Amino acid sequence: MILDHLPALQVVLPLISAPVIVLVRRSRFAWLMAVAVSWVAAAIAVMLAIRVADAGVISYALGNWQPPWGIEYRVDPLSAFVLVLVAGTAAIVAPFSRISVVAELPREQEYLLYAMFCLCLAGLLGITITGDVFNLFVFLEISSLSTYVMVALGQKRQALAAAYRYLIMGTIAATFYVIGIGMLYLMTGTLNMADLSVRLADVTDVRPILAAFAFITVGIGLKLALFPLHQWLPNAYTFAPSAVTAFLGATATKVSIYVLLRFYFTVFGTTLLFRAMPTDQVLMLLSLLGAVTASLVAVFQKDIKRMFAYSSVGQVGYITLGISLANTSGLTAAVVHLLNHAVTKGAIFILIAGITLRTGGASGFDRLKGIGSRMPFTSFGIVIGGLSLIGVPGTAGFVSKWYLVLGAIQRGEWIVAAVVLASSLIAAAYVWKFVETAYLTKPDESSVKAGEAPLPMLAFAWFMVVLCVFLGLDTSLSVGGARAAADFLLGGLR
Amino acid sequence: MSPELAMLLAPLIPAVAAVGVAACHRAPNLREAVTLTASALLILCVMSLVGPVAAGATPVVRLFETLPGLSLEFRIEPLGMLFALVASCLWLVSSVYSIGYMRGNDEAHQTRFFVCFALAIAATMGIALAGNLITLFLYYELLTLVTYPLVTHHGDDAARRGGRVYLGVLLFSSILLFLPAVIATWALAGTLEFVPGGILAGKVSGTGAMVLLALYMFGIGKAALMPMHRWLPSAMVAPTPVSALLHAVAVVKAGVFTVVKVVVYVFGIHFDAAVFAWLPWVAGFTIIAASLVALRADNLKRRLAYSTVSQLSYIVLAASLLAPLSVIGAALHIVAHAVGKITLFFAAGAIYTAAHKTDVSQLDGIGRRMPWTLAAFGIASLSMIGLPPAVGFVSKWYMVAGALQAHQWMAIAVILVSTLLNAGYFLPIVYRGFFVRPDPNEAAHGEAPWPMVAAMVATAALTIGLFFYADLPLRFARMLVGG
Repeated sequence: MILDHLPALQVVLPLISAPVIVLVRRSRFAWLMAVAVSWVAAAIAVMLAIRVADAGVISYALGNWQPPWGIEYRVDPLSAFVLVLVAGTAAIVAPFSRISVVAELPREQEYLLYAMFCLCLAGLLGITITGDVFNLFVFLEISSLSTYVMVALGQKRQALAAAYRYLIMGTIAATFYVIGIGMLYLMTGTLNMADLSVRLADVTDVRPILAAFAFITVGIGLKLALFPLHQWLPNAYTFAPSAVTAFLGATATKVSIYVLLRFYFTVFGTTLLFRAMPTDQVLMLLSLLGAVTASLVAVFQKDIKRMFAYSSVGQVGYITLGISLANTSGLTAAVVHLLNHAVTKGAIFILIAGITLRTGGASGFDRLKGIGSRMPFTSFGIVIGGLSLIGVPGTAGFVSKWYLVLGAIQRGEWIVAAVVLASSLIAAAYVWKFVETAYLTKPDESSVKAGEAPLPMLAFAWFMVVLCVFLGLDTSLSVGGARAAADFLLGGLR
Repeated sequence: MSPELAMLLAPLIPAVAAVGVAACHRAPNLREAVTLTASALLILCVMSLVGPVAAGATPVVRLFETLPGLSLEFRIEPLGMLFALVASCLWLVSSVYSIGYMRGNDEAHQTRFFVCFALAIAATMGIALAGNLITLFLYYELLTLVTYPLVTHHGDDAARRGGRVYLGVLLFSSILLFLPAVIATWALAGTLEFVPGGILAGKVSGTGAMVLLALYMFGIGKAALMPMHRWLPSAMVAPTPVSALLHAVAVVKAGVFTVVKVVVYVFGIHFDAAVFAWLPWVAGFTIIAASLVALRADNLKRRLAYSTVSQLSYIVLAASLLAPLSVIGAALHIVAHAVGKITLFFAAGAIYTAAHKTDVSQLDGIGRRMPWTLAAFGIASLSMIGLPPAVGFVSKWYMVAGALQAHQWMAIAVILVSTLLNAGYFLPIVYRGFFVRPDPNEAAHGEAPWPMVAAMVATAALTIGLFFYADLPLRFARMLVGG
């Protein structure tokens, strides 16, 4: 029955749609295809999530080659959560993307962007669903390569440099990762995650394992923009086409965080490396440094896209901090913030895409003076998203912060709690920079003249904005899912 | 109307009114009618709760679960009842006043003003009815945010600077101190409900309890305990009706209301008094220091702002003594200070509208031209000083009685000294207005527009009326300490 093959279809559909788009080469067809594929992918993800919630972990043997020899696709509470997140974001970004793509890209390049979008989606979903560390590497490369192309399609000259820089960093990351799993294979003779975790427990010579652990941590740390390995991110986000920024901002780093969780708690879970080495303390320190410095840097940016890109680095710090706390509250915070930050940043970047549409690509603060009266819905949406970044109660960000601080307090880490809260005050500083520019500055001749962004774009953005508030008020689904994932992960440790 | 329905409607009516006001932005008369109707409805709605609460009921409305184990819920108890009554009645009065003020001064962005005003009242109702700390915190933060556009109403550099300090201090205190206190309470007690007798009893003691109390007291920045008071004078860049309703009633009272709630329902008044021992000193210092600043301030609104800082700390002081009588005094003073201070701000706004004067030194003989205004100002001054026949006397009486009960001589000394200081900075204004000869070269002017005068007279009458008929507030205040 076809329903049994959902895990495979989740990845295969977006994967094969990419070559179809390239063959047809019509931009309108490409867009329709991308929309259709992302919607179907989202539907599959939701169905998988429901099945996992009902019937427990789904294990799917690709090509009916049984694990650990064949490639296993594995959907558990955590990967189901991330699948819904990635596919859902794609389903929201894809429909409106046409408006900004038409405005920003030359016509002959449009289909390329959609082909890359589908490939990237396939890669991200593949990373999430696979239970095989080498297969994960393949999908990591698929998503990375397509991302480089998408960033390079940005029309400013700096986009090429940004994409090149991202490519270098991404390649280093992938190399480190593959060295790490090579060492693991050397010591255990398996590539299946579940099998790895069982066999690693019996390995007596831990030095190669430690080296593998270090290589993988650094490799993934690069991909998820862990401070100080975040240098590639701000430029990539700033110069990529706006729709791409909205998609990547919500998903790319999140999937890498998922990989980190997977390795720390599933693969290495039984070896207790997480406790034997001061990994948690290193990660905690880097996370806090990232949250504070990136937020501080964001305050001084002159470009709104760049400002929120730095904010992303800071917010990633919250997530890795939650991981480093390694208790239920901390992990719940980390997983739920994957979603909450994706929704918040997704909304903000879509709204910014609307602004750049009206300014002809510019996103400097000098062009945004008095935008509050010219584009009231766009500005107000950004303000609500900003409140969520600060963590004001009644928004999604508050829920994450609540669990993060609770996790820190439960571990007795009062200083950590204080730093987290202080960094959200810094977030208030950069969000208020937008508020003052938009509402309390008189427009001058360089300001935006035109009115609101097109309705469909605004509608999708506001859907995310409303979701952002909803997830702050009713958390039964988001925290429920995250809690299940956190318990699942900690179950792997015991 | 069932109490549950009324509790749902109370925050909803002003919120819906905000939407209605926004929809009617092209028809100012209709827009003002929406505000007035909504405020009248709100009073009826809140009044309908008086009966059940006076009979000892504490109806609960649970909306939905925000975090596992933590719901967004409303639960009305005597103190919240008192606060809701004050805020809703004064919303109607100050709406009348605002209409006169905004039109009389030809202010821009009037629709935005009335929208945010209504939203601020909605948030205030949420605070008054909050059934647990998380709900209270949510509306507390909301109140900060919706009042920001009101503080920065004029949109110039001064407004922007004022707004920065306003938001900076309030967010700093609430995020960095109040929120961790709430989370720590949750981690310690496993509940955030408001329970008579407190939820922290036996859960925390000694230094830990002291730190937690400090986090609460300084974290509730709206109560303006020094050094968290800086936002209040900064907020004076707002149009005067905002200063009157929000920065004399809704926002600051939300602060001290939260303080009393935390003392009575989170710590409980039978909590170890040693933990609270430092608080009267900080509150006492704030009372005296703010009075001294007020004494030297020439700008009328600034003087009133520092007077507010000082008066708020009376309430913190009284609550911190943990004596039943002083807690009654604290609850009564929330009412007494609200009606008195709103009258003073109304008068300041009327003087600005009619005569365009902002400084105390310009007020020579103003009482001859604006007799109603200055008479109202005089009555409210009596209430601030704590003299009969004004309601301020009643609350001060209970506070002093409570201090005697608790043998807190320092508190009594502070109250006595500050009474003299209050007289020192209010009475000269009244004297100057009535008895000093005005500058003959000045342009003639009369009273402010009639809605402003009417509002002022109403609140002044309330200031005296509550002295004679203090039964209802007193009854709720007594219920608060189980008397």
